[in-house]
Amino acid sequence: MKHPITLTINGHRHEVEVEPRRTLADVIREECRLTGTHVGCEHGVCGACTVIVDGDPVRACLVFAVQAEGAQIRTVEGLAQGSQLHPLQQAFMDHHALQCGFCTPGFLMLSTALLERPDPPSDAELQEALSSNLCRCTGYKNIVLAVRAASKAMHATSGAA
Amino acid sequence: MSAAIAAAGETPVVDRPTEAPVAVPGTTAPHNDRPDPFGQSVTRLEDLPLVRGQGRFAADLSFPHQLHMRMVRSPVAHARLLGVDASEALAMRGVVAVWTAQDVVGIPCIPLREGPSVELDPYLQPILARDRVRYVGDPVAAVFATDPFIAEDAAERVSLDLESLPVLTDATAALGEFAPGLPTQPTTIRKGYGDIEAAFAKAACTVELELATGRHSGVPLETRGAIGRYDAARDVLELHGAAKVPHRNRDALARMLGRSPHAIHLFELHVGGGFGVRGEIYPEDVLVLLAAMRLERPVKWIEDRYEALMTTNQSREQVHRVRAAVAADGFVLAMDDEFFHDQGAYVRTHGDRVADMTAGILPGGYVLPAYRVTGHYRLTNKTPAATYRAPGRFESSFVRERLFDAIAQRMGIDPIELRRRNLIRPEQMPFPRGIETIEDNIVFDSGDYPLLLQKTLDALDWPRLQADLQARRAQGEAVGVGLACFVEKSGLGPADGVRITVDFTGAVEVVTGGASVGQGFETVVAQICASTLGVDYRRVRVVHGRTDRIQYGVGAHAGRATVMTGSATHNAALRVRAKALDMAASMLGCAIEGLDIVDGRVIRRGDSGPGLALGDVASALAPTARARGEREPGLTAEGWYETPSMTYPYGVHVAVVRVDRDTGAARVERFFVGYDVGRAVNPMLVEGQIVGGVAQGIGGALLEEFAYDENGEPLAVTLADYLLPTLDDIPPVEVMITEDAPSPLNPLGIKGAGEAGINGVGAAIAAAIDDAIGQPGAVTRLPVTPVRLKALLRQRAG
Amino acid sequence: MRSVAFQYHAPRSLDEALAILAEVAPEDGRIIAGGQSLVPTMAFRFVRPGHLVDINRIAGLDRLSEQPVVASVPAPDAAPGTELVIGALVRHAAFHRPVVAGPLGRLLTEVAGHIAHYPIRMRGTFCGSLAHADPASEWCLVASTLDARLVLRSVRGERIVRADDFFTGVMSTAIEPDEMLVEARITLPSAGARMGFDEFSRRRGDFALAMALVSFDLVDGRIHSPRVGVSGVEDRPCRIAQAEALLEGCVPAIDVFQAAARAAAAAVDPLEQPQLPAIYRRELVESSVRRALERAWV
Ligand SMILES: Cc1cc2nc3c(=O)[nH]c(=O)nc-3n(C[C@H](O)[C@H](O)[C@H](O)COP(=O)(O)OP(=O)(O)OC[C@H]3O[C@@H](n4cnc5c(N)ncnc54)[C@H](O)[C@@H]3O)c2cc1C
Ligand code: FES
Ligand code: FES
Repeated sequence: MKHPITLTINGHRHEVEVEPRRTLADVIREECRLTGTHVGCEHGVCGACTVIVDGDPVRACLVFAVQAEGAQIRTVEGLAQGSQLHPLQQAFMDHHALQCGFCTPGFLMLSTALLERPDPPSDAELQEALSSNLCRCTGYKNIVLAVRAASKAMHATSGAA
Repeated sequence: MSAAIAAAGETPVVDRPTEAPVAVPGTTAPHNDRPDPFGQSVTRLEDLPLVRGQGRFAADLSFPHQLHMRMVRSPVAHARLLGVDASEALAMRGVVAVWTAQDVVGIPCIPLREGPSVELDPYLQPILARDRVRYVGDPVAAVFATDPFIAEDAAERVSLDLESLPVLTDATAALGEFAPGLPTQPTTIRKGYGDIEAAFAKAACTVELELATGRHSGVPLETRGAIGRYDAARDVLELHGAAKVPHRNRDALARMLGRSPHAIHLFELHVGGGFGVRGEIYPEDVLVLLAAMRLERPVKWIEDRYEALMTTNQSREQVHRVRAAVAADGFVLAMDDEFFHDQGAYVRTHGDRVADMTAGILPGGYVLPAYRVTGHYRLTNKTPAATYRAPGRFESSFVRERLFDAIAQRMGIDPIELRRRNLIRPEQMPFPRGIETIEDNIVFDSGDYPLLLQKTLDALDWPRLQADLQARRAQGEAVGVGLACFVEKSGLGPADGVRITVDFTGAVEVVTGGASVGQGFETVVAQICASTLGVDYRRVRVVHGRTDRIQYGVGAHAGRATVMTGSATHNAALRVRAKALDMAASMLGCAIEGLDIVDGRVIRRGDSGPGLALGDVASALAPTARARGEREPGLTAEGWYETPSMTYPYGVHVAVVRVDRDTGAARVERFFVGYDVGRAVNPMLVEGQIVGGVAQGIGGALLEEFAYDENGEPLAVTLADYLLPTLDDIPPVEVMITEDAPSPLNPLGIKGAGEAGINGVGAAIAAAIDDAIGQPGAVTRLPVTPVRLKALLRQRAG
Repeated sequence: MRSVAFQYHAPRSLDEALAILAEVAPEDGRIIAGGQSLVPTMAFRFVRPGHLVDINRIAGLDRLSEQPVVASVPAPDAAPGTELVIGALVRHAAFHRPVVAGPLGRLLTEVAGHIAHYPIRMRGTFCGSLAHADPASEWCLVASTLDARLVLRSVRGERIVRADDFFTGVMSTAIEPDEMLVEARITLPSAGARMGFDEFSRRRGDFALAMALVSFDLVDGRIHSPRVGVSGVEDRPCRIAQAEALLEGCVPAIDVFQAAARAAAAAVDPLEQPQLPAIYRRELVESSVRRALERAWV
């Protein structure tokens, strides 16, 4: 039995009909064709599927799409403004924070949510929170450097504004 | 002397001997203001789509009208397969077909990549189990349906009639029977040189150990995926989602399916990590192709994580019984090893290569006048095994370095000093090892092993590090340091070729049969091409992983990509350069010698004029252009590189580990890698490879293990049970890249770096744990789980 | 790894939810709260619910507040005081900052930091953890050690169950199929109470192999009414009477803690688990209890 639902992703409305058993990750990818959100485990461990739902980073493989009706969803595709990259995207490139890039959208969305918090996380909190996601290629060192650099860049610009 | 180290927060610096030339041999000296991209830590060409969510991994690709495949797998480790009942599944709406072995009778087993072998061929894996299932996860049937959910629902309803057989889970146990008349040891590896008996007879002391490495694997974050598509209009069969060795796989698949290699094409998409396991031919790859032809619809298969952890190649599990004969001064006269390699349920594409490599590289960088090894290559009822990053090296470094630590302990010699006394000296280079492995006669091409050891100790301020740890131990902390030396191998030949073409806009295309598994291959090839040709590396597009664009390719494995494809690129770029200069000289009416190519323009040396755009030179070489004269059309050339032998980079690993005596947990506080890469094309990428490799090594040393119970039931089939390291488990790895020993074997002097990070991690961590708990020789088995470490502590207490 | 098909219900009120639950319970109808345990088990098809009743759209279930202790049938002896009420939709993340002043608020923040990972804590709920009853759940240990009262409601009415009676085994509780755990109530300890927590897991965020939670009052410099709870070891969290008896009346000191820790290690009966020998689990219990006591003391 399919349910008609409307998902709002990166500000765009997607009207889809889905079975309740389909996860948000699956529907974002297969119905909305936004394949930047990756699926690495489907049981909540790897974090590759992380998206932002109503401001919070969540594992999109652990939410059914029908549950996300009405929520504001953000995915990696919504980070850049046209050709202007998000500071995190730029920092990931500058610091070689990706190799195969499979984990990257998850890390980007997790970090975006963290850095947008009204109380920006301390280094220790960042370390703890970034331990949520798995990367098999980089050894994490450059991911941490990139997120710290982006944090600086973002807070410098928001301070200047 | 200050070795350059990249610690947290710094961009990597390379410790380059000042006299070493910075420019690529064969090109003109570094030109003008724009730095030569060779050797620079430039940002990657690959990154932009990946950070924007525009990558295309296997699961991201869909074709209209496609079917979805789902495997029915054996739930038990060993049984006779008496029958399969698919009637219920077939009756389901949306199910198009269900295949069993009977439906694929004409299809041979998945062959060895290096050609047939009388010994191993009877043990190869069929694409669907025939009369026996041999591991949990063994594919028995394939369901094809219009929707992946339906396929999964239907696969559950296929019932199997199984009659249990005895299960073998220990490669050191008595041999079993693979099939009537076929024992579970298909082959034995024997190598050696020198007079072992004499060495042991005259030894001042002998040391003997039993050591084991656990079963772990690459576990890329992206699972496997394959999409088969048959284009009847062109009679071309396509496999999307190929990786690692597309050309070799094309040939093998063509043979299996009885097609010409011209009529089957493999396409590499983005690959979410390879590490040796991704890109081998597995049953599912063959099935999607066969189904695409027979069912006349595209067929997509995406592995789920549960399947990945029980069907994708595993690796590493070996037990070694090793002994050494040592002279009174600590010089090791001989090493004698017998080991058991747990291959799992079938022989896969690599055959016995991992065991062979283990045997070949075990002596490492020590002189060792006599050596003998016997490797028992054994089948068990576990997921089949093959290569995982630094195959045979992670294992053998653990064994060799543990042995050297034990010798040092026994003889009362400092372990570093012991290594110094045994390392091959630079004046002995090139050093013939006296053995062959994987058809290559091992000759260490260049290296100064003692120098790298010294640079590492200096960089760490070794005496001070020791004093700090001593002080902390005196305060009751269980903290220690361990070191491992190793020799890597890379650039396995024999040959690779690329084609470079400049178009009329001046854009450069390099078409290569190399492959990318996320290691920065495009950027490295672009840098080499740009440096040699004289263009901006960002104007170079690297086309790889497509069998329809180039006939031959070595792919990306065993540290080949940079060395082989890089050298071929250099050779091709030299030709394009010569061709461009020749044409330009005639266009500008001057001598070739007076010209140079800088930033995509042909200029007169010492002249600030605009010169000629390379694109215009390309236009002048168009087949129809009159200016071309008798020259061959097109600003394009092929270049080949053939290597007589592999190159051997080398490294030193140092780990500082803290142990929690209460819980048995070991935490790596610090990890240092000193590595000589010959020449670093892009130090940032070399460092990235090394840091990532270390993380995997830490996983293998402390966390990761494919355990099985006595019934062959796998115990690690989720990522909550197979423990990949997180950020919290990995310290910011420190890397020192040196360029003391460029390879004399290739024009660029480069050696591979992909496996440098992981090689000695198990060995270094084991030594550090011994040191931390004050029990020399305690660690004999990887991974050192808290349960095992606690048992060691208990042994000592009790 | 795709769940079996099920029917989805998204009630807007508690009454509506309970009515649906009553109706679908016979067909393995279940509540989905944070989904952080349920969805993975469905992906592996370990569970195959016919219906899911999503409680996330019900207003008011995220209640997190203090109220005077309500004496109730199973706890008629409940001392007068204040209790913390944790509604069915209070997420783990709500505890990232102390939710009440004093030692309990600090403890809950400390404990929350050990549960899974940040994004999982954004959705997973306190009550969902209790209902799921994983033997290694931190919140279950909190509920058990601090003698929480669990409020269960169904169309048949409401009942209150003490934590002791609530946990009945590995992933099994006193909740009837048509019942919902609407809130958990925990009595606030005295302002001077000492509380400490410790756990050991292979990696940060993993389920623990053992953990301990302790609390005690100090009266005239001596330990009074100690509680020692351990979990991750047996099929459910448990209090260790032997350890508590040893501590009662003692002046806090390392050797006292050590003795209590040893008693706890001897008292537990570890679950049989592959690769986790009982002797090791006991050692972990010993170190967790000792460390939790030390943390409570400093
Ligand atoms: C990678 C990972 C790591 C984790 N690590 C930990 C950890 O270290 N410690 C830990 O404690 N947990 C851990 N969890 C589990 C997590 O904390 C869950 O959030 C929690 O166990 C369940 O809460 P939930 O709200 O998500 O419940 P759900 O998943 O929605 O439900 C779980 C079960 O409880 C039932 N249920 C839920 N709410 C109610 C209710 N109000 N009344 C009746 N029944 C109800 C459901 O029907 C279901 O059977 C981990 C999860 C993941 C994915
Ligand atoms: S795919 Fe969602 S956490 Fe791994
Ligand atoms: S870059 Fe490959 S998994 Fe992170």
